[in-house]
Amino acid sequence: MTPKGHYGVYGGQYVAETLMGPLNELAAAYADAKRDPAFQREFDEILHDYVGRESPLTVCRRLSAKLGGATIVLKREDLNHTGAHKVNNTVGQALLARRMGKKRLIAETGAGMHGVATATVAALLGLPCDVYMGAIDVKRQAPNVARMRMLGAKVVAVEEGSATLKDAMNEALRDWVTNCDDTFYVIGTVAGPYPYPEMVRDFQSVIGREARRQCLAKFGRLPDEAIACVGGGSNAMGLFAGFLDDREVKLVGVEAGGRGLATGEHAASINGGRLGVLHGAKTMLLQTDAGNIIDTYSVSAGLDYPGVGPEHCYLHDIGRAEYSVICDDEAIAAFDDLCRYEGIIPALESSHALAEAIKRAPQMGRDKILLVNLSGRGDKDMDNILNYKKSLGDSASLR
Amino acid sequence: MKQRITESFARAKAEGRGAFVAYLTMGCPTLDASEAAVDALVAGGADVIELGVPFSDPFADGAVIRAAAYRALANGVTLDDVLAAAKRIRARHPDLALVLFTYYNLIFSKGLETFAAAAADAGIDAVLSVDLPLEERDELLSALAPHGLAYVPLIAPNTPIERVVASADGLKDSFLYVITVKGITGARAELPADLTARLDRIRAAVKLPIAAGFGISTRAQADVVSRHADGFVVGSALVKRLGETGRLDGPVLP
Repeated sequence: MTPKGHYGVYGGQYVAETLMGPLNELAAAYADAKRDPAFQREFDEILHDYVGRESPLTVCRRLSAKLGGATIVLKREDLNHTGAHKVNNTVGQALLARRMGKKRLIAETGAGMHGVATATVAALLGLPCDVYMGAIDVKRQAPNVARMRMLGAKVVAVEEGSATLKDAMNEALRDWVTNCDDTFYVIGTVAGPYPYPEMVRDFQSVIGREARRQCLAKFGRLPDEAIACVGGGSNAMGLFAGFLDDREVKLVGVEAGGRGLATGEHAASINGGRLGVLHGAKTMLLQTDAGNIIDTYSVSAGLDYPGVGPEHCYLHDIGRAEYSVICDDEAIAAFDDLCRYEGIIPALESSHALAEAIKRAPQMGRDKILLVNLSGRGDKDMDNILNYKKSLGDSASLR
Repeated sequence: MKQRITESFARAKAEGRGAFVAYLTMGCPTLDASEAAVDALVAGGADVIELGVPFSDPFADGAVIRAAAYRALANGVTLDDVLAAAKRIRARHPDLALVLFTYYNLIFSKGLETFAAAAADAGIDAVLSVDLPLEERDELLSALAPHGLAYVPLIAPNTPIERVVASADGLKDSFLYVITVKGITGARAELPADLTARLDRIRAAVKLPIAAGFGISTRAQADVVSRHADGFVVGSALVKRLGETGRLDGPVLP
């Protein structure tokens, strides 16, 4: 048996034997769909007519002027239907599910954006959908829970373990291993066993392809750096995919530093983790010395995952991409900046990428371009941000 | 080198019965209670003991074994503790077949070489990893072999017969753990109708003994399975009783 889906030492298929059949079936169906122009045509059509692609490129004029260095340019995934990049992937997987004759979708979700995006396409294609969500996240992300239910999905609160995203994924895997004959598991990021990391990257690569074309059209050249936040890493992989062969474009992933790497309260798997195996892949993991998985922390629920997509670990190893860390306070400051200087309310996840650009821009020449993937909009984060600011006694910006 | 697993299955066969493979999550309700339960199981006729290592993310397990894992973790029980317990169990039961039943990250994280040496030192005979399919198992097998440790593969209801054969290929002093149902661990009122035919096909295709597990909780189920397999695995039913009462005395199967 040949191992599949390895990126250097990372990736693979570390799953229960019962899931090998369904994974092989999925890999074959995806390879077939990838070659089928009719599948690609329908995918592109839904992205255009329903998701609202292509998403624009926005130059941050006032923010860049204030920083006095490189020009910051945003890829506006926040303007997609459902408010984030997640829907690119769920459209692709749901079409594949229908093509494979599967009767039911399941998904895991942390912040709820992938859950909403899966519930959305389930409604679009008329498939029943169960979304697993950690009980703590169900409380933290009540508006997204309401959205999923409104869209007809069943939200299952997972009470055990740390009651967050990793436990939701555990429960989704238990469902899939039991119901794999008629159920399609829509994984929300470039993690999990092969073929998920590759398939999710492919579906998200529309971000990078569009951004590359748009940069060339708008500026007559490629950006100097392409920056995206990394939890599991799907928006980053989607952006990077467009520039992997352009060696002159520096690729920068931004992990969630939470309260700081030194505190242990973070979600930075590449910068603060150790090689391990979880949820079907060998990857960098936040774990104890004994090999148990650690609860992560970030102000941004969407980055709150103890692992990371295997291809990111590989890009890091070979030096094609670099991975930095942005802490809660820096992300919140970047969030405020984008609101006040550009009239855009970004997701807290995307605010991490933006914060990295804000750090870098002043040290670069005015002729340089920093492309930032604005992976989602911040409506879902209002309560989180208000609570965070209250906890700091920052009453000024609450007025 | 002792062939304890082979001998255990052979002994059961000579006695005209299926080998009784018993699983326990070590550390629930306490590590001491788990060790005492192993002694009780051996006294009650268990042929092979699977020592389950608690993991923070037991995604292949049903509610009973998950709850046991969380309880063991809350007691602070780690892989090293389970190996230390195995060493004490080995001292008391020199001929007992001992299988370490674990999620892969726990042993990978320790370092496969270091793990294999420690497991051999603890008197473990074989390792079973629930999330290590055929495609990925070579690195573990290479680490186990120099220490004389065997590997126990899982066979699922949807594993094609040629894959069953490939899974058994090259393994010594082992058995195939045949999963009865698609799904997670835990007792079921009824086993699938096609199970016995599937067991017959698998048994005919491989030389290694086969043991059926997942969902078996009663003597009656074990008896049915034993007519078509070389052994049967009972896990959740034992873990549940041990968790509730703190001991496994008396008749082991209802």
